[in-house]
Amino acid sequence: MQYHAFILKYAEIGLKGKNRYVFEDALMRQIKRVLDKCSGEFEVTRTAGRIYVEADNYDFDETVKALQTVFGLTGICPAVTVARDEDGKLPTPEKLGEMVSGFMGDVYPDKHKSFKVQVRRVDKSYPLDSMELARDLGAAILEAHPDFTVDVHNPDILLHVELREKINMYSEVIPGPGGMPLGTAGRAMLLLSGGIDSPVAGYMIAKRGVEIEAVYFNAPPYTSERAKQKVEDLARVIAKYTGKVKLHVINFTEIQMYIYDKCPHDELTIIMRRYMMRIAEILAKKSDCMGLITGESIGQVASQTMQSLLCTNAVVESMPVYRPVIAFDKQDIVDISLKIDAYETSIQPYEDCCTIFVAKHPVTKPRLDIIEDHEGNLRDKIDDMVKKAIDTDEIIEITA
Amino acid sequence: MECYLDNSATTRAFDDVAQLVADTMTKTYGNPSSMHHYGKVAEDIVKKAKKQIAATLHCNEKEIFFTSGGTESDNMALIGAARSREKEVGKHLITSSVEHPAILETMKYLEKQGFEVTYLPVDKNGQVSVDDLKNAIRPDTILVSIMLVNNEIGALMPIEECGKVIKQVNPKTYFHVDAVQGYGKFHINPSKMGIDLMSVSGHKIHGPKGTGFLYVKNGVRIVPINYGGGQQQGMRSGTENVPGIAGLGRAAEEIYENLDSHVATMRELKSYFIKTVCDKLPDISVNGKTDDDCAPHIISLSIKGVRAEVLLHALEDKDIYVSAGSACSTNRPHVSDTLKSIGLDTELLDSTLRFSMSVFTTKEEIDQAIEALEAVVPMLRRYSRQ
Repeated sequence: MQYHAFILKYAEIGLKGKNRYVFEDALMRQIKRVLDKCSGEFEVTRTAGRIYVEADNYDFDETVKALQTVFGLTGICPAVTVARDEDGKLPTPEKLGEMVSGFMGDVYPDKHKSFKVQVRRVDKSYPLDSMELARDLGAAILEAHPDFTVDVHNPDILLHVELREKINMYSEVIPGPGGMPLGTAGRAMLLLSGGIDSPVAGYMIAKRGVEIEAVYFNAPPYTSERAKQKVEDLARVIAKYTGKVKLHVINFTEIQMYIYDKCPHDELTIIMRRYMMRIAEILAKKSDCMGLITGESIGQVASQTMQSLLCTNAVVESMPVYRPVIAFDKQDIVDISLKIDAYETSIQPYEDCCTIFVAKHPVTKPRLDIIEDHEGNLRDKIDDMVKKAIDTDEIIEITA
Repeated sequence: MECYLDNSATTRAFDDVAQLVADTMTKTYGNPSSMHHYGKVAEDIVKKAKKQIAATLHCNEKEIFFTSGGTESDNMALIGAARSREKEVGKHLITSSVEHPAILETMKYLEKQGFEVTYLPVDKNGQVSVDDLKNAIRPDTILVSIMLVNNEIGALMPIEECGKVIKQVNPKTYFHVDAVQGYGKFHINPSKMGIDLMSVSGHKIHGPKGTGFLYVKNGVRIVPINYGGGQQQGMRSGTENVPGIAGLGRAAEEIYENLDSHVATMRELKSYFIKTVCDKLPDISVNGKTDDDCAPHIISLSIKGVRAEVLLHALEDKDIYVSAGSACSTNRPHVSDTLKSIGLDTELLDSTLRFSMSVFTTKEEIDQAIEALEAVVPMLRRYSRQ
């Protein structure tokens, strides 16, 4: 069966009252953006709570995969659409019966299935009401293909027939990613490590329509070139959904070693993370971001106990820190990581700044007053070092 | 100055080898199986390479079969011997616990296919015991596979003694030697050493990558593991990699031309390196032997209190390129079999670097490496996990 149209469904943004057009416009833009990269000719139109994509000379799998990266879409329905006749009249019930029988015959080679016809009639002038028409169409299908059976409660196939501007027929709903269209929220700064959690966190926030910038803390020369490559690859996973990600690479070595020299070793990770948050916040402000995003999850490692989170959170003054996986178990995070194709990249075994110079037994219950007190040891040089780190920020524009 | 001390990973090709490969690709590019002149020229190139290699092993050129490298040669030898002899001899194989994955993983595959494998332990120097081998050989032992030189610590295995014992206990047992790290560093005479099958890789001896050969002693029967046009007497179907083979032949010839003097130089550099580093830095230990009973080109150092990957990148920053002797950290489930097998302290597993030399290595490079270690190690030790 060669479909030549898709009906795209969206849910939440239908509820946004007067702002609805803002969301729909954003959604249209994103659909056009991803279809631009697909081979084929596409025409995207919008009428009354539906987005139609007419497609020609296209690759079905590629197109569906691309549409599945558009946040805001809840369903992608491969459809057959038929125009009204020249006078703008809808076809007769008999003609419709032929159409739907043809559709069912083409789409389902194996007819040993049950079905139900669901009719929506936007044009109320049609001679039959929805129930009557559904019944007649069902009868027409049964007549053409006697192996089908009808089941109105739990059908294998739910055939939708819509009488709108055009006549639409579809029976399959491929799930979309859900969420909100990109560009309807604002921008946030993701602290991206090479691990499993932070790309998932970035994806989840991006899904709410948020544009993502990312910052990675690099420890040259002690880490591999491949560690940086890995982070670029992970940023690209998110860019697949958001079109682009601006990635900041911060040289963190000097700060890290200075902390190591001046502070108790078991507090190294906490203090290091406090400086990462500080730097991320400074970068975020410069880029008009309205929040930070981390992949922290309560209790996962020593630096993510509630005490540790309290200590790292305390340094961020001017914006919220979003932690979308805070209550997720590791396996739940891995499941999403696998779903968005980040996992294989995340598990590549390169050392990063968080693993090269750390204590064997980091403190698990840091106290904020003590940490702040020990950070005082850094006062001579740390501000200059932070400034230098920000001044030497390497910016990489990652595109999908 | 760039200081490449990772020659056990791969070597820079000899210049004339590279030139020869290029010429063979553009000028004498025929298929040895073709009937016409171009085919004949290509066939002659393959024959010449066989001759060059056979000369280094004092063997017959018919005993050389070209492959894509060490891994393929190992697979061909092990699977080919197992398949050809399972009915006649039995289903038992013997190897050491410190072999390259090309052997160990192939053995695992054979175990899944119903073969039984005995893994011989090694001593603290990484060497197998001939007595252990003797006791392990059974009437149903098809094949023993022992490497000539261990790739991680440079341990030299008692191949000649192993060969003798095998033939004594069970003359039906084949002896395979993985000589990937040893060919081009030692004189090898397979028939005198009791070797039936031997794997060699081209890119470890300044030849092209994707080249290698399997020595198969006349009369030794193995079944092929790939099928096709029947090239190389049906042992290894597929059009011969003529440019690669030309380069491999030349590299083999060249590496053996001045073998003794090259090896002597490497040995000198090796002991100089070890002595100087150990004098200048505390808490350094050398894995494997350091006398003449070891590979001349591999130096495995455990540097207490430093993480290998961090040190590797710190050296890289100074243009010195080495390998981590082992890969183990929270991110890496795989811990080096060799380093564990020689009983290295757990805390040193992740602190071991391999420096490996070639005929190109100079004293200046070694001095540069020593100087870099002197500068970097004490600094990194300050930042080690405690």
